[in-house]
Amino acid sequence: MTFVPKPRVHHPLLDVNEIGLKRRDYEAAVSTLCAGCGHDSVSAAIIQACSELSLPPHRFAKLSGIGCSSKTPSYFLGNSHGFNSVHGRMPSVATGANLANRDLIYVGVSGDGDSASIGLGQFVHVIRRQLNMVYIVDNNGTYGLTKGQFSATNDRGSVSKKGVPNLYAPIDLVSMALQLGASFVARSFSGDKQQLVPLLKAAFLHKGFAFLDIISPCVMFNNHTGSTKSYDYVRDHLEEVVRSNYIAPRDEIEIHYEPGTSKKVQLHDGSQLNLTKLSESYDPSDRIGAMSYVQQALADGVVVTGLLYVEEDINECHDILQTIRQPLNQLTEDALCPGADKLKKINNMFR
Amino acid sequence: MTVFNEFTIRFANVNGSGSASANTMFAKALFRMGIPVSIRNIFPSNIQGLPTWFEVRATEREFFGRREHVDIMVAMNAETYEQDVASLASGGYLLYDSTRSIPSELQRDDLELIGVPIMRLIHPEFTDPKQRQLFKNIVYVGVLSALLNMEFDVLTNMVSAQYRGKDKLIQPNIKALNLGRQFAETYLSCPIDIQVRRTDAVGDRILIDGNQATALGCIYGGATICAWYPITPSTSVAESFERHASRLRIEPETELKKYVVIQAEDELAALGTVIGAGWNGARAFTATSGPGISLMNEFLGLAYFAEIPAVIFDVQRAGPSTGMPTRTQQSDLLSVAFASHGDTKHPMLFPSTPTECFDFAALAFDLAEEIQSPVVVMSDLELGMNELTTDELKWNDARTYRRGKVLNAEQLEGIEKFGRYLDKDGDGIGYRTLPGTHRDKGAFFTRGSSRDEFAVYTEDPGAYTRNMDRLLKKWETLRSLIPEPVFQNNDSNYGIMYYGTTATPMNEVLSILKDEGFEFDTLRIRSFPTGNEVLEFINCHDLVFLVEQNRDAQMKMLLVNDLNIPVEKIYSILYYGGMSISVDFIADRILRILNELKVEVHS
Ligand SMILES: Cc1ncc(C[n+]2csc(CCOP(=O)(O)OP(=O)(O)O)c2C)c(N)n1
Ligand code: SF4
Ligand SMILES: [Mg+2]
Repeated sequence: MTFVPKPRVHHPLLDVNEIGLKRRDYEAAVSTLCAGCGHDSVSAAIIQACSELSLPPHRFAKLSGIGCSSKTPSYFLGNSHGFNSVHGRMPSVATGANLANRDLIYVGVSGDGDSASIGLGQFVHVIRRQLNMVYIVDNNGTYGLTKGQFSATNDRGSVSKKGVPNLYAPIDLVSMALQLGASFVARSFSGDKQQLVPLLKAAFLHKGFAFLDIISPCVMFNNHTGSTKSYDYVRDHLEEVVRSNYIAPRDEIEIHYEPGTSKKVQLHDGSQLNLTKLSESYDPSDRIGAMSYVQQALADGVVVTGLLYVEEDINECHDILQTIRQPLNQLTEDALCPGADKLKKINNMFR
Repeated sequence: MTVFNEFTIRFANVNGSGSASANTMFAKALFRMGIPVSIRNIFPSNIQGLPTWFEVRATEREFFGRREHVDIMVAMNAETYEQDVASLASGGYLLYDSTRSIPSELQRDDLELIGVPIMRLIHPEFTDPKQRQLFKNIVYVGVLSALLNMEFDVLTNMVSAQYRGKDKLIQPNIKALNLGRQFAETYLSCPIDIQVRRTDAVGDRILIDGNQATALGCIYGGATICAWYPITPSTSVAESFERHASRLRIEPETELKKYVVIQAEDELAALGTVIGAGWNGARAFTATSGPGISLMNEFLGLAYFAEIPAVIFDVQRAGPSTGMPTRTQQSDLLSVAFASHGDTKHPMLFPSTPTECFDFAALAFDLAEEIQSPVVVMSDLELGMNELTTDELKWNDARTYRRGKVLNAEQLEGIEKFGRYLDKDGDGIGYRTLPGTHRDKGAFFTRGSSRDEFAVYTEDPGAYTRNMDRLLKKWETLRSLIPEPVFQNNDSNYGIMYYGTTATPMNEVLSILKDEGFEFDTLRIRSFPTGNEVLEFINCHDLVFLVEQNRDAQMKMLLVNDLNIPVEKIYSILYYGGMSISVDFIADRILRILNELKVEVHS
C-alpha cells in the first residue's frame, strides 16, 4: 500500500478534536435498526468522518426519505437538525433547504428503493441542479423496511431470501450520476471503514453534488447466498480503483505518495484530496473513462469501489442561479420588500 | 338612443393569429379614456388554429360580470360564425370581413351588419403574408375607433409606446389603424349608437390580472424561493415573479439575485422544495392548478403534520383529471381543504379581485409562518389570467412581516429544555428553531410520523392523540387570523353568500333582483375556515343562496362540516360549465327559486 494514514487519534472516543468536541458530540440516538445492518456502519463512518474533520455538528442539516436507511439521520449528529421527509422526495426537500441557506452542510441519506424507484426522477434532477450536498444511498438491493421486496438496484438473477430470482436488469446509480454530471461520484462498502471514512471526508469538503453509493447489506432480507448485495458476495467481488484521503492544508507534508501512483486534487477550501491509484489504468478526472470503466466492471460482475470521479471548481446550484452570497433565509424585510414608493411606480405600469 | 360607456364587445379570432395584442390594445385604450373595463380571454388548449374569443366589457356602472349576450361582435373566424352571430343581443352590431360574402342563412334580421373588406384593404398596402395576417387585427381596431368614437390619439400613442425602440414597427401599425378608421369614416355611418366618451370613472385604479398581482404580492410579502411546474392557468404567477424580481430583487453592488426560481421536474418536487425552504426559514411558494394539487397531496399532509410553513397558489381550472385546462371553475375546494391522507385540513384564502390577489399573497406568507402550516390561496383562471379594473396596489411601509414563533440562539440560551411541539402559549402553536442556530441547543428531528412534544419518535397512542388535538387547537387559533367575510347589509330577510370570482357578477345580479322587487344582504366569504360570522349570517336570514362554480356545492359541504350550518336554509346556485358564471345565470336561478318558494316581493 502506498498510502500511510496519519495516526493522530489514539483513543478516538476520548480525544477532543480541533474544535474541542469529542466523538460523542457527533453521535445521536441509539439505532433501532437490526443488529449487523450495514446502514449502522455507514452512520458510524459519518460520525468518524465529521469528528475527524472537526466540522461543527450544528452546521449540518440532515435529510432523508423513507426506509431503514432514511431512518439513520436520527443516529448520527444529534446536535444538528434532521428532516425525515417522504418516500423518494428527499432531493427536493434538500433543494429547498439548500436554496434557503447555502452556508450549511447538507447530507442526504436515502435507500435504493427511495432513490432508484419511487424517487428516481428527483434523484436525476437534483444532480442536474448540481446541488451542493452529500448524497448517500445505503444500497442493500432490497426494500428493508417493507420486508424484503426486490429493489431496482438488485442484479438480474440475484435470488431473494424466499428463493425467487430477480427478473429485471439493475439500475446502477453510479453510472447514472456519472452520466448526469455529478462532480463527485464514489462507491464504497459499509463494511470497509478504511475506504469509507476518507471518502466521506472528501465528500463533505467537496463543493458540488457528491454522490456515494454505499453497498450496505441487509442482514434480515438480503444477506444470503445467491444475493449479490451480501457481505460475502461483495467482499469476494470487490475491486478498488482509487483510494482517497482528505488532507487539511497544513497536513500536506505528512502525506506520503509516490509519483506516478498518486494524484492530488485541490479542494475548494484550499485543502487537498490525495488519491492513490490502485488500478493502473484509472483516471478519476476522466468522466467518460470512468463511465466505460464502470460499465466494463458491471459486465464482468466486479464491484468497483473508490472515488470514481471528481471534478473541482464546478459551478454549484447557487452559482448557476446567481444568488447572493448571503443566505436567503437571513434577508430581512428591508432587503426583500421594495416599499410603498416603488409600488406607486409599479401601479403606473398597469395604467 | 345612444348608449355611452356601457357595452360588451366580443372578438372571435383564430388562436395564434396575433389578435390578442390588438384586442388588448383596444381594451386598454378604453381604460385610458377613463372607462372601467373587464376583459375575458376565452381560449382553447392549443397554440395555433383553434377558435378563441376575447371579450371586453366597458362599464361605467362597474358591472364587470359576464353576460350571456354581447352588443358588438367582431366576427373574424368563419368557423365559429354561426355561434358568434347567435351570441349577439337583439339590436347588436356584427362587424365582419366583407371581402368574402357571408352565407345568408347565418344572417339575422335583428342585427346591424357592418361589413368591412379588411383583406381587400390590406392587400395593396402590405406584401408580407405574415404582416397581412397581423395587421388585419389592427385594421378592425381602427374601424372600431371610428364606430365608437374613440379618441384616436390614445391608440396611436399606445402604438408608439409599445414599439418604442423598434421604430420600424410604429409606422405600419399606425397605417393599419388609419386604413380601418378612414374606411369607416368614409363608407360607414359613424359613430353608431354605442359610443364611448372620456370620463374619470377609473380614478386611480389599475388594469391588471390576478396572477401578476399575486406575483407582486409574493415579492412584497418577502418570498425568496419560487418552485413550480408549468400548468395553465397558473404559469404566469411564476413567470411574473421572475420578471418582476429580476428588477426589484437584485443586489446592486454584485448584481446577484435575492431570489430563486426553480422550474422543478414535477409538482411533487415543486412543493418539496417549498417545504425544504420553509423548514429552513425562507419564505417560499409554488403556483399550480388542480392536477398539480392532486400530485402534491402526500407532501401537503407532511407539511401539515411536520408543521412547516408553505404557500401554495391554486389557480383553479375545470377538472377532474386534466379537465378543461383553459376553462375556469371553483372546484378544488374539497381536494385542497383535506388534501392528503390522515386527518388533515388546510386553510384557504379566496381573493376576488387582482388587488386582493396581491394582498392575500403577502398575507399568506405571514399566516403560513404564524401557524406553521401550508396556506393555499384559491384563485381561478378567470381571476388569474384576465385583466380587470381594480384598486391600485397598496403597501404600508409601517407593516412588518409576522415571522411566527422562531427562536434565535439567544432565546435558546435561556431555555432549560427545548420542546418543539410543546404548547407553551395555549394556542396550539409551538416554537420552532432553524438549522444551524445554536451550537448545542434547539436541534430537533422533523418527521411525518408520530413524535412526542420533544420531537422524539414514538408510537404511543397518548402522544399521538395529544398532538392531533393540539393541531385542532391551532385550527381554532387560525380563525382569528384569517380575513373576515365582507358583509353588506340591506335589512333583508334573505341572504346571498359567494366567494372568489363569483363576486364579479354580483353587483349587477343584485341590481336585477332589486328591479324585480327583491333585496338581499350579502356575505362574501374570504377564507376557510371562516369565523362564526357565516353561521350568524345564516341564522339571521330566512333563506340563503350560496353561489359557487362547481357541481357538488363544495363550499356548502365545507361549511356544514366546519360550522354545522343549518343546511335546510341553504339554496345552492351552481354553475360548472367552464365559463365564468354569468350575471344572467345567477339572477335567473335565484328568481326561479324565489318563485318556486312563493317568496313575496318587498314592498
Ligand atoms: C408513498 C409511499 N409508498 C410506500 C411506502 C412504503 N415504504 C416504506 S420504506 C419502503 C422501501 C424502502 O426501501 P429502501 O429505500 O431501499 O430503504 P431500506 O429500508 O432498504 O433501507 C417502502 C416501499 C411509503 N412509506 N410511502
Ligand atoms: S431490515 Fe435490513 S435494512 Fe432494515 S434495519 Fe434490518 S438489516 Fe437493516
Ligand atoms: Mg434498500
